[in-house]
Amino acid sequence: MTGQATHSTLSRTVLLSVRGLAKSFGGVQAVRGVDFEVGAGELLALIGPNGAGKSTCFNMINGQIRPDQGSIRLGNPDHSKELVGLTPRKVWRLGVGRTFQIAAVFGSMSVIENVQMALLSHARELHEFWRPARAQHRAQALELLDAVGLADQATLPVATLAYGQVKAVELAVALANQPRLLLMDEPTAGMAPAERVALMALTRRLVTERGTSVLFTEHSMDVVFAFADRVVVLARGEVIAQGSVTAVRQDPRVREAYFGSGRLT
Amino acid sequence: MTLASLLVQLLGGLAGASTLFLTSAGLSLIFGVTRVVNFAHGSLFMVGVYTAWTAGQWLRPILPGSAGGFWLAVLLSTVVVAALGALLEVLILRRIYRAPELFQLLATFAVALVLRDGCLWLWGPEDLLGPRVPGLTGAIPVLGMPFPRYDAALIAIGPLVLGLLHLVLTRTRFGILVRAATQDREMVSALGVAESRLFTSVFAIGAGLAGLAGALQLPREPANLGLDLPAISDAFVVVVVGGLGSLPGAFLAALLISLVKAACIALGTVELGGFSFAFPRLTLVAEFLVMAIVLVMRPYGLMGRAAAAPRSLATTLPAENAAGAPGRWPWGLLVVGLILLPWLAAGSPYTTVVLVDVFCFSLFAMSLFFIMGPGGMHSFGHAAYFGLGAYGAAIVLKASGWPMLWALLLGPLGGFAGALIFGWFSVRLSGVYLAMLTLAFSQIVWSIIYQWDDLTGGSNGLTGLWPAPWLSAQVPGATANAAYYLLTLICVAIAVLVLRRVLDAPFGLALRAGRDSPQRAESIGINVHAVQWAAFCVAGTAAGLAGVLYAFSKGSISPDLVHVGRSIDGLVMVLLGGVEALAGPLIGAAAFTLLQDTAGRSFDYWRAATGVVMLLIVLVFPQGLAGLFRMRRRPSTT
Amino acid sequence: MSTASLPAAASPILAVSRLCAWYGRAQILFDIDLTLARGEVVALMGRNGAGKSTTLKAIMGLLDRVQGSIRLEGADIRGKPAWHIARAGLGYVPEDRRIFTELTVMENLAVGRQARRSDAPLWTVDKVFELFPNLGRMRNRRGGEMSGGEQQMLTVARTLMGNPRVILLDEPSEGVAPLIVEQMAAMILDLKHEGLSVLLSEQNPAFAGAVSDRACILEKGQVQFDGSMRSLIDSPEIGRAFLGL
Repeated sequence: MTGQATHSTLSRTVLLSVRGLAKSFGGVQAVRGVDFEVGAGELLALIGPNGAGKSTCFNMINGQIRPDQGSIRLGNPDHSKELVGLTPRKVWRLGVGRTFQIAAVFGSMSVIENVQMALLSHARELHEFWRPARAQHRAQALELLDAVGLADQATLPVATLAYGQVKAVELAVALANQPRLLLMDEPTAGMAPAERVALMALTRRLVTERGTSVLFTEHSMDVVFAFADRVVVLARGEVIAQGSVTAVRQDPRVREAYFGSGRLT
Repeated sequence: MTLASLLVQLLGGLAGASTLFLTSAGLSLIFGVTRVVNFAHGSLFMVGVYTAWTAGQWLRPILPGSAGGFWLAVLLSTVVVAALGALLEVLILRRIYRAPELFQLLATFAVALVLRDGCLWLWGPEDLLGPRVPGLTGAIPVLGMPFPRYDAALIAIGPLVLGLLHLVLTRTRFGILVRAATQDREMVSALGVAESRLFTSVFAIGAGLAGLAGALQLPREPANLGLDLPAISDAFVVVVVGGLGSLPGAFLAALLISLVKAACIALGTVELGGFSFAFPRLTLVAEFLVMAIVLVMRPYGLMGRAAAAPRSLATTLPAENAAGAPGRWPWGLLVVGLILLPWLAAGSPYTTVVLVDVFCFSLFAMSLFFIMGPGGMHSFGHAAYFGLGAYGAAIVLKASGWPMLWALLLGPLGGFAGALIFGWFSVRLSGVYLAMLTLAFSQIVWSIIYQWDDLTGGSNGLTGLWPAPWLSAQVPGATANAAYYLLTLICVAIAVLVLRRVLDAPFGLALRAGRDSPQRAESIGINVHAVQWAAFCVAGTAAGLAGVLYAFSKGSISPDLVHVGRSIDGLVMVLLGGVEALAGPLIGAAAFTLLQDTAGRSFDYWRAATGVVMLLIVLVFPQGLAGLFRMRRRPSTT
Repeated sequence: MSTASLPAAASPILAVSRLCAWYGRAQILFDIDLTLARGEVVALMGRNGAGKSTTLKAIMGLLDRVQGSIRLEGADIRGKPAWHIARAGLGYVPEDRRIFTELTVMENLAVGRQARRSDAPLWTVDKVFELFPNLGRMRNRRGGEMSGGEQQMLTVARTLMGNPRVILLDEPSEGVAPLIVEQMAAMILDLKHEGLSVLLSEQNPAFAGAVSDRACILEKGQVQFDGSMRSLIDSPEIGRAFLGL
């Protein structure tokens, strides 16, 4: 079983390669020597107890935090780009999108303006001072909203939407620049079980269509088990296990450090 | 300059650092727990100076010639000011803890206005000379130079109070509660701590420290009505440099700033390569330079930590309001009406004179709104750009002798240049820090203008700035200033339209994006700082144009144009009109200018009157004017 | 304690009736009725945005505008400030932990300390450390240097120091590792065993089912179901309709 999983990962092209990543905050080692890879088109779950270093890893890949050591390379090994040292903006321009644990959208704007904003930025048209923004990239924005099922809500203020819909808006925004890799920080936090499944099913459909890889953190094990191609488990800043869902699920160290009996989640 | 004189200067600096620290520690404590930046803190300091004087007068016949009388007076004024602080907390601040940050600042600024006129009423306009302190008169020799005995005593008081405060904060339950409330006051309350009592006592202690500082300052400086603003701006700088809420930080910052100032005086005028530089002139701006440098290197001050997400006044702009152009018709009609006005109002020539003021301040308020509403950056020094525009035009006219039209075109570049420099620093900060940095920059501009006699005319300002002859000519059948009135109207109308248009363009959308969620904006490739910086420049240019138009309408300018009071006027205008509607700043500016013009001129206590009106506005609408300033809430509330 | 004239079951320790609450101008809760019997654990369930946290905040006096009646052992506490309600015997554990990160464990507990009222179970520092042995081993550690799970424990410990009769627990299982979720469940049962009554808001049906006696389901700020946990489990159509199961 594990052999099969290894085989399937090796056969994929590597999209993101994280090597020897380390970071400490004021003497506390939050992440120590983390290695993992995300394959092209893969949905990889990064799980572990609170404070295990998941968010720190995310923020280092995203460019928000600069690692003390290690490398993060994007693209297949022949011509990959080093992400360490780049700002979040540059990382985004290289094709790494992101969603946040608490959906981050532009609260004063309409749904479609949120998406138009991302499209304007992608087209490098932010410093246009004259032509009204509302007419620009409208068709493309509507297409994206249609894909996440929000075409009918396009002109509503985003502040009036239900939380599940806000999450979908964020997804549309994150997909606007056709990213190669999407980082999702606890995508289903604060959602009801059915909403979780719907959001992840939608995510999977969209990324498969677009050939986008996903790296996500998650505490809800039903989501991880149902949607992850592979799992990386962090504890105390180190990778303690990685592999297929089944393999990780049965790993005794993971049970002890993270799952417990698994009865309640 | 000898080593001894340098040492004596530096020791004098240390003495000054003590009172500066006491004032700042009070401000810092109050801010930490109540999250209110108390603009009236300088006024409490001033009240401390005055009450110490009065207490001294009372006690002198009872305890003649004894040091005890002085220290008793110090103690008394500390207690009186603490009680005043408690009273202010119960009557006013308690009602606005949940209001937006900017409202709180306005309320405490209003209190400062009332307290200032209160002092005027109680103690009169004359300076009151403080006593010499029995037992601490005379000087002690330091390397042969005299150093005042009293200053030596002051040097010891600062560290003493710091140590005492530290003990209280770490060793007592009250101190633990204060530290807990500094982080999360709602949670403290939910754990059963009576927050109202905690807040009142913290406010009283903070006010008491200001009163103590004031009383201790009396032997060094006479009581006068000009003490409040310098005291508050010094304390702000110290607290911001030290890091909001950090007492050791405030102590360090007070030392640093006082020593830098003392060093500037000690250095005197230095000749370097044929160029002479007067360091003492730097004292007026030294603290602001220190602050600018510290904040750029450590955005949260020497010992500060990133504050919890600052509550922003930048509320949701209704989407349709920003996108569409509602009510184009009424505005068009209004402009046509205003164009015809010089002929319609030929009988009352003053009308068009006041309206020129209204137009200038409308543009000023609109430019402030531009960075404050959609940009979410609360500038407390917007008058700097107004003043730089006015002075820019005046200098072009006076120094180069170019025609007035060139001055009109080039003047706004003064505002642009200021915004280009100050904006670069300011956008790196947010919330209170940004507000204070902008305030500091406007103070720097003020002191440069005040001191650079050759170029700016110093405190006298510049006169003889009249519009070109064709703009001063009498238009048949219209009011006297009709031509200039029309020029102003057209310039302002065009500038306001341009600002609106920019807000609807991708740039305006990006500006709002950076305000709504900097995190999201950065993660879709928006360079938030660059966008905000550009917005500063646009706003600075517009404010500069307003300043130019204002200067030519008055014929003369003075450093008052850049005074912090004018920046506050701008904020009041924007808040009065409402930050949610684009028309708000225009309406607010008109209302405020007309009000000040009619009521403000003939009344001695007009400051207090303005203050009371501001307080009424804030207290009657604690959540903002008629819900115009709805607090931003996250879309999800379970 | 002398026996009351009514049996305990008939006089709930916490009774909420016709509770309405607003955020700004938006009404969030509509006529919520809810009771909590002595020693009972009740789960407030429902989707995100249904009004669960708002209900707890409204009871705790943390909202500006609340109508209706909230009785704690018969005394109306609606409209009282939060500190007054806390002293009357309600303990509140917020959803995002909110411990005082600059304060040590002991100082965090000191903030929560309140004199005991009437018959509530008495908590001392030692007894709290018995329930949370981990915390006892890090008395002088600052809150900010603790792990997520330890912080979660500290929020509860801090609340217990106020000797509450009723504990309001907001989303105890949200955003924490499965292992910690199990510890939280065990702890709630411990508290129940100590004689405390618990009202918790919860989205995770497995967790709610494991700890609660009754469930109260909210949807759009209204109560849609109020009954025993068993009856909820026996009627899957309710779960489908309101919980998105």
